Amino acid sequence: MIAFIIRRLIQSIIVMVAVAAVSFALFRFVGDPINSMVGQEASIDDRQALRDSLGLNDPIITQFGRFIGNALQGEFGISYRLQMPVTELIMQRLPATLELALVSGTLAFITGLGLGVYTALRRRGVLSNVIMTGSLIGVSLPTFLIGVLLIWVFAVELRWLPSNGRGEVVSIGSWWSTGFLTTSGRLALILPAITLGLYQMTLIMRLVRAELLEVLRSDFIKFARARGLSARAVNFGHALKNTLVPVITITGLQLGSIIAFAIITETVFNWPGVGALFISSVRFVDVPVMSAYLMMIALIFVIINLIVDLLYYAVDPRLRVDRAAHSH
Amino acid sequence: MTPETQAPQTKAPGRLYRAWDSDLAYAFRTAPVAIVATLVVLVVVFCSVFAPLIAPMNPYNPAALNLMNGFTPPMEPNAFTGEVFLLGADGQGRDMLSTIMYGTRTSLFVGAMAVLFAMVMGISIGLFAGWRGGWVDSALMRIADVQLAFPAILIALLVFGIARGFIPDGLRDQLAIWVLIVAIGLSDWVQFARVVRGASMVEKNKEYVQAAQVIGAHPLKIMFRHILPNVMGPVLVIATISLALAIIAEATLSFLGVGVPPTQPSLGTLIRVGQGFLISGEWWILLFPAVTLLALALSVNLLGDWLRDALNPRLR
Repeated sequence: MIAFIIRRLIQSIIVMVAVAAVSFALFRFVGDPINSMVGQEASIDDRQALRDSLGLNDPIITQFGRFIGNALQGEFGISYRLQMPVTELIMQRLPATLELALVSGTLAFITGLGLGVYTALRRRGVLSNVIMTGSLIGVSLPTFLIGVLLIWVFAVELRWLPSNGRGEVVSIGSWWSTGFLTTSGRLALILPAITLGLYQMTLIMRLVRAELLEVLRSDFIKFARARGLSARAVNFGHALKNTLVPVITITGLQLGSIIAFAIITETVFNWPGVGALFISSVRFVDVPVMSAYLMMIALIFVIINLIVDLLYYAVDPRLRVDRAAHSH
Repeated sequence: MTPETQAPQTKAPGRLYRAWDSDLAYAFRTAPVAIVATLVVLVVVFCSVFAPLIAPMNPYNPAALNLMNGFTPPMEPNAFTGEVFLLGADGQGRDMLSTIMYGTRTSLFVGAMAVLFAMVMGISIGLFAGWRGGWVDSALMRIADVQLAFPAILIALLVFGIARGFIPDGLRDQLAIWVLIVAIGLSDWVQFARVVRGASMVEKNKEYVQAAQVIGAHPLKIMFRHILPNVMGPVLVIATISLALAIIAEATLSFLGVGVPPTQPSLGTLIRVGQGFLISGEWWILLFPAVTLLALALSVNLLGDWLRDALNPRLR
């Protein structure tokens, strides 16, 4: 167990160092950092002085070491475009993205689980077939198109919900701002959350359905039925419980994708989050923001992957034997 | 020994032909979904390839435009000029049908080239990794694993952003389409590499490969002439599904405003423009490009699914 955790930790660190190297290369070699910081009229001497003071003439390895040291302290330099510390920019916008991801993740999980269980238990029902066909179209619809269509129906035609922004936000503490506490904030959250969660929902639904059908065929379910247990106890007490391990794993892994796909949703709905910041940094080649975003996303992915792997290992004893046998 | 070395080359197209002639063709004839999907794809491809010949107008020729035609609703004569547009006209008086034909042209071109790029890259890396084995193989596959953990759209965005940093301002719009193709291609090679690697590891221990080795054939020749034809089935399936993904990725990037240049709008650009006119009620500028994109992506997807099922029992 400990050997496994250590090996997994080392793998995660290697991935992070690799991403840091990419991020550093981006920072250092894409465009000329000096050109981006000073204006056209700066003299060659000034540029050289700035170059020296920033340590851009040091050996690459030293510079990389410094980059990692700064990154560990959450220091990513100044945005070329907005002339503000990148960390501050990201921190300002992180709450918006996290709230959106949290709500749509929860929404996707709950509705996906419900619909998956329903379509598995009522396999031949008309409604089940309708839901399954609908999910196929849902998978083929690009995220941005879902958002645009939702805006058309609910914001333009019906005028029920706002089409952009976060509504009114309330600040909590020094840097967190939340839309949960105001009516306009909650209303503004609905369409983006559905847009972002729809794809994940269909994914979870199909997974739950497949897993549940698999488990319902197994011997211990037959035995539970033979014991005369009620359908509810068999379906929910025995069958559903055994499908939840893979479902929770996949959902966990999807959390990372939700944060990445938030880029699209945030652009469609003009949501003031980190994804929208990243898009504008790509458009204007704002390298410090790009490299900081890259590091942040990589860190989130690595942490989620690590937690999911450890959970898997802790929850499913069969896997433990398998992996141990495999590694020796 | 000469017939032996000739055999795999002449045999591969022969088997493909026989497959077309029998099983695959039969499976196709009996799958209505596949037929409908193929028809949709063929119509869309035909309309976009021959757009300059069959489109009612060239929407990017300023001389052909009449601003008075701006915002003409579909199938209704314009209030000033009396002209009728099947799918309406946009703000500059461009016929939507022609705009969509030209837009699909760009979308399909970028999608197909990106898949081609991903395919060549993935096949080469996959063959090499499977053939060499050892640490080269592990290193390449670890990179593939790490890349697979991130969503493709994120990778494409990043590659696009990095490439833009290297390209001087003046060339950005000219090169944007090629940068986009490379970005989408780089985000998609992993699938190809994995499948080809797996299959080539199986194939390389078979007797025909050993025979080729014994007579001293060059490893590159063995990889591309002998192993590759035998792993083409799964590669074609992935290529089809990748095409749908690439078209959607291109549309997404263009919608986000980081894709094709404004002078060469794709379906994604058209949808982005159309979104702006929703509030004022000109729904046709958004709806028709969106429906075209959806129909194209869904058809290619269904075709890929069908192809996978049809090829699966024999080739995997």
